[in-house]
Amino acid sequence: MSFKEKSAWIMAVIAAVVYFIYLSSVLGRADGMPLTEVAYVATLLWTIGLMIVASIVMHIMVAIAAPAEADKQDQRDKEIHRYGEYIGQWLVVAGALAAMLMSLAEIQHFWIANTIYLAFVLSTLIGSGAKIVAYRRGF
Amino acid sequence: MAKKTRITNNIRALRFGNGEMTQADLADRIGVTRQTVIAIEQGRYSPSLEMAFAIAHVFDVPLEEVFQYSDEA
Repeated sequence: MSFKEKSAWIMAVIAAVVYFIYLSSVLGRADGMPLTEVAYVATLLWTIGLMIVASIVMHIMVAIAAPAEADKQDQRDKEIHRYGEYIGQWLVVAGALAAMLMSLAEIQHFWIANTIYLAFVLSTLIGSGAKIVAYRRGF
Repeated sequence: MAKKTRITNNIRALRFGNGEMTQADLADRIGVTRQTVIAIEQGRYSPSLEMAFAIAHVFDVPLEEVFQYSDEA
């Protein structure tokens, strides 16, 4: 497996695991009260920070495990990267559009922030998933 | 999912005919990862024209001895 394919796996797994931690934490805190009254801001920011730090640490670990492969990126890697990012991108656009409409409708900040966060996570998951499929089966 | 390519290749046979060159050796010589050589050999990736010429250059044969274009997909 090339370094860039491992990178796609790292991003997908981290996004899924950390978002699950976020959801469990916020939903667990709700305990029957309306979700919009749950304190979520700190958890949201901390989990975004955790995703960034975890991805950096994991990439460093993978690079240490196979240093010869770490700086290699060829034409196919670049093409697969673009292909995956192109597919993942529409979710960010959809999230931004949804957030704009929700803002115009003056929906509570909780829902707007969570819509954007979900869009980021789904974009990473689907973009990374597309890259993994492209590596495995062609594109 | 994967688009079926019409391009076939003899890279595997050429490697064996050239001192049993490994995929890793070929990858190093054309400046790509071993996984890319595997993908090209298996028809999962069509290389650029430049990469195709680089492969032919390694084996010192014309391009069409490495890659063929078939009429049937």
